[in-house]
Amino acid sequence: MTDVVMPQMGESIVEGTLTKWLKKPGEHVERDEPLFEISTDKVDTEIPSPASGTLAETLVEEGKTVGINTVVARIEDGGGAAKPQAAVEAAPAKPAEGKPVEPKQAEAKPAEATQAPQEPAPQQQAPQQQAPQPETIEPTPAPQAVEETAGPAEPVGPLSPLVRRMAREHSIDLSRVKGTGAGGRITKQDVEAYLAQQEKAGAAAQAPPAPAPKPAPAQAAPVQAPPAPTPTPSVPPPAGQARTRIEPMSTMRIKIAEHMVASKRTSAHVTTIHRVDMTKVARMRERHKADFQARYGISLTYLPFVTRAAVEALRTYPLLNASIEGTNIIYHNEINIGIAVALENGLIVPVIRGADEKNVLGLQRSIVDLAARARSRQLKPDEVQGGTFSITNFGSFGSILATPIINQPQVAILGVGAVEKLPVVIDDAIAIRSMSYLSLTFDHRLIDGALADQFTAKVKSVLENWSEEVL
Amino acid sequence: MRNCELRELGRISYGEALALQQQLVTERKQGGIPDQLLLLEHPHTITLGRNGRPENLLASEEVLSRSGIAYHPTNRGGDITYHGPGQLVGYPILDLREWKRDVVAYVRAVEQVLIDALSDFDIRASRIAGLTGVWVEHRKIAAIGVHISRWVTSHGFALNVNTDLSYFQYIVPCGLTKPVTSMAELGARADLEDVGRSVAAHFGRVFGYEMLSGTAAGLSCVEDSL
Repeated sequence: MTDVVMPQMGESIVEGTLTKWLKKPGEHVERDEPLFEISTDKVDTEIPSPASGTLAETLVEEGKTVGINTVVARIEDGGGAAKPQAAVEAAPAKPAEGKPVEPKQAEAKPAEATQAPQEPAPQQQAPQQQAPQPETIEPTPAPQAVEETAGPAEPVGPLSPLVRRMAREHSIDLSRVKGTGAGGRITKQDVEAYLAQQEKAGAAAQAPPAPAPKPAPAQAAPVQAPPAPTPTPSVPPPAGQARTRIEPMSTMRIKIAEHMVASKRTSAHVTTIHRVDMTKVARMRERHKADFQARYGISLTYLPFVTRAAVEALRTYPLLNASIEGTNIIYHNEINIGIAVALENGLIVPVIRGADEKNVLGLQRSIVDLAARARSRQLKPDEVQGGTFSITNFGSFGSILATPIINQPQVAILGVGAVEKLPVVIDDAIAIRSMSYLSLTFDHRLIDGALADQFTAKVKSVLENWSEEVL
Repeated sequence: MRNCELRELGRISYGEALALQQQLVTERKQGGIPDQLLLLEHPHTITLGRNGRPENLLASEEVLSRSGIAYHPTNRGGDITYHGPGQLVGYPILDLREWKRDVVAYVRAVEQVLIDALSDFDIRASRIAGLTGVWVEHRKIAAIGVHISRWVTSHGFALNVNTDLSYFQYIVPCGLTKPVTSMAELGARADLEDVGRSVAAHFGRVFGYEMLSGTAAGLSCVEDSL
């Protein structure tokens, strides 16, 4: 039999309200499966079961508030033997990691001080500890010992966030500042006056070569190094003032960096830009969007249209689908299109294999699937290899034009800018059309400008003369 | 310093945001992603917390739907509340085991983030003992409601930036018969983007994070294998 107790959800918390049983007596429950919910201070928490077994009985009704460590239920475990300690160890309050249970709850203060640099939440004790506090409406009721790492004498009265911030930014020991506000409280003006006085004192004592800092906009210049050393430099500078921070690159970032530079070193990059009228495609997309969503559960974007057009152009100009090996040209019989996908902290180019065998629906499906799995890091290695040409859709981030870097060992990459409605001149009349820029970066070692432009013009022509059947 | 990914989602329906939160909570529990802060705005929506009493909804669901207001019972803590345009909604998905295993400290810290952000706009906000949320005088400017599962947080806060406060007439906010206010009503000229930036910065500072922007600019890229 395992006892299930009301967990302690925080240092200052002495009780919790059981809001809902997620299992009924007699039901089986797995260890770590949510067993009940509690509520403390607008926080609802699901509590996992400390053990597997049958919920033998619940001892606390929904809606009742009980002290922490009160037994709220018992679980009959498969083994049967009583495990008095299991309950404590598995108590959800301190799940996993086997950290010793900290018994303190009465005085939370000393522990807090050591964690200071994090600037934790000003703890507000549980109601019963909070003796009569007269001014509940005061700005910031009493978050004690929050920022002051060294813990100097507590200044008089509550402090406003502004004052706290100024104190932190300028490393001021507030116990040295004379308060002139109501009840001797320290105001922003007091801090400014103190700062000005410190600066004057510092300047007089040291006569620093730097131009004397102006006292007036004191808080506007937090970066300007603390003005003159104060008599007691015992207060360490706040962590936020370091000028740099060193962090190793992720593996992905290192690889991206290597590839980008290697590509620039390998290929003779040239970018050509064509403006394309996407109005027909936009209309078609508009017409089929809802139907597409309803029928296939995915949205219809511009990208599969561009991909389809690129495939057509690659068929016509196979040199764009080639690669270079030494002094040989390798023509690829398959058209495998890499689609650049932005990840949270990097990029990846999964490949649509056999892109020439897919229609717009098939392409859109592949794109959605590959992008989703790229983001959840579930791509298989062969899904990011074997590309023969790449497309990058920076237009989805609002860019109208960019010059992409070739994805080696390919020889060209097509960039797609945002599709925007613009006024354009058609037959000497001004019309509103959905326009976009296509930028093709090609490797001039293999592809000359004329060919690159023929290729891009072909992509443009397919997009501008889109016919229903191709969908 | 720990990382927190900032995702700015713009205007997004409550249901969609909820689904995203649930997905991120699952991924966070599995350790697949770092802590997250979602900043967004909802269309007109009224939500009822787990402990909410439906009687705090002052209009029938039918009236709401005729007024174009969505209604969602939900699993966060707290009572009833309103979300809508001009309100900055923040959903932190944090594993509190990596910060502090203390739900009250968490709520107090979220309040501190909002208080500090408001002070950037010269609004002096504070707490009221026993009433979660952020207040200016006796008026509520930000509501907080949190759900925690295995120490991973979801739901969060809603700060009235330039919210049309008349929509609060449909509810008794959080079951409290106290008035609400907004930054605009208090004279602050700020849009959601400015306030979001400030909130994100203070969030990083209070919780000790390096805030990473989730949207990477996408040029081409290359990767041999995973």
